[in-house]
Amino acid sequence: MRDVAIVGAGMTRFGELWESSLRDLFVEAAVEALTSAGADHLDDLYIGNMSGGQFVGQEHLAPLMADHLGMAGIPATRVESACASGGAALRLGYMSVASGMSDVAMVAGVEKMTDGADVTNVLATAADQENEVYHGITFPGLYAMIARAHMAKYGTTEEDLAWVSVKSHHHGSMNAKAQFHREVTVEEVMSSTMVADPLTLLECSPVSDGAAAVILVPLDQAKKYTDRPVRIRGVGQATSAMALADRRDPAALDAVAKAAERAYKATGLAPKDIDVAEVHDCFAIAEIACIEAVGFACEGEGKDAARSGLTALGGKIPINTSGGLKSKGHPVGASGVAQAIEIFEQLRGEAGERQVEGAHTGLTQNMGGSGASSLVHIFERV
Amino acid sequence: MPSPRYWREVPNRYRLEGAKCADCGKVTFPARHVCPDCRGANMEPMALSRSGKVVTSTVVRTPPDDLLMESPYAVAVVETPEGARLMVQVADCEPEEVLPGMEVSLEFRLVRKEGHGGIRCYGHKAVPVV
Repeated sequence: MRDVAIVGAGMTRFGELWESSLRDLFVEAAVEALTSAGADHLDDLYIGNMSGGQFVGQEHLAPLMADHLGMAGIPATRVESACASGGAALRLGYMSVASGMSDVAMVAGVEKMTDGADVTNVLATAADQENEVYHGITFPGLYAMIARAHMAKYGTTEEDLAWVSVKSHHHGSMNAKAQFHREVTVEEVMSSTMVADPLTLLECSPVSDGAAAVILVPLDQAKKYTDRPVRIRGVGQATSAMALADRRDPAALDAVAKAAERAYKATGLAPKDIDVAEVHDCFAIAEIACIEAVGFACEGEGKDAARSGLTALGGKIPINTSGGLKSKGHPVGASGVAQAIEIFEQLRGEAGERQVEGAHTGLTQNMGGSGASSLVHIFERV
Repeated sequence: MPSPRYWREVPNRYRLEGAKCADCGKVTFPARHVCPDCRGANMEPMALSRSGKVVTSTVVRTPPDDLLMESPYAVAVVETPEGARLMVQVADCEPEEVLPGMEVSLEFRLVRKEGHGGIRCYGHKAVPVV
């Protein structure tokens, strides 16, 4: 296995981008990534996308996107693992370069969610259709049940949830590409419309359009492309029972814990070695449960992290400095790649106002559905 | 909904039938071919008790299109005395009253009307034990 580095990145703004189609979004991010790396060809292309078929009626994304990038002919593959599609694509791109199969690979993620499909129904296809969705559950509903289980077990409160969103919006207010730039208060979050008890509107990530792309090359060739490559130290991927009812504990995200454990094992690192991380905060409770599963907080103590400042910029382990899915936006297939871009920028010292001083090692955690699939990548400044 | 799907779903939707692993005793709902705990393939049909306790719950206030008229409604994960867990709506009470620990019984009900044709889909819902 060869060491692999990210040498370039490109990303659209996230938000309701009415002027851009699915392919427009991909091409904008992909061209920016190629330009930033100075790469003139690709040996391999992986595209994370949850549901072009349901959102805009477009499947078979891989050749379509390669074609519109002016690269018809290259090997290209679309990767799906619901909201973890981007992370799953990143792992495959990493394997492609690490294995020696390719020397220049692009990993992209793209989703167009605002062109008319019933988003609630489309997203629900990432849950168990026969045993969950049939009974009327929605994604906010599934995470609300995780929240209630967490509350019952650990005493987590509605105010704890609100603090996560306050922190996300604070970080997002400093990110030009974020969907929301507005700070919010605990009172605003708690008094916003109830979506699925106990989760309010401001504790749910938005419906977004967007794309993100990175260029991967072998580490020993990285200096040809950039002075500041970021090495992918390792990756872990895992699954758990699909339906919430079939989980050992509905308050725990076992796939996330397993993916993290594998990533730590692959790298010889531990949670204390991580300087900055992006975790999958599709709902406020998800950030709390994820930081516990990844090991940034002990079991049951994730609820205090946002309020105490532990996970804010300037805290011991800043989480979601990009604004996270909550404030930056969550074009589902793109999110896993966008997380990697935030860490790429942090480790290169390019995060501007959001910069974590001296960041050397970073982590991304992406998950699909109500947590049945997850990926954890660990990155390092070279 | 195509009729073969109704037919396949008769055991779990109409009879509340799951399965028990003859090797390790794990109970699943609906029935499975392979035990999720021990991977044994000796799963035997088992009817569940029509009672249980709420493990966790929520109130859905932004429903999918098919259930617009029902909203808000409570959904819960319910555990039966056999140890099987299933996700069901909780009816016949204020949805806000449905919280972890609540005792419920499982009743055969209309669950949803599907698609433009409004095909009636049945299954189980929980109701509070009074």
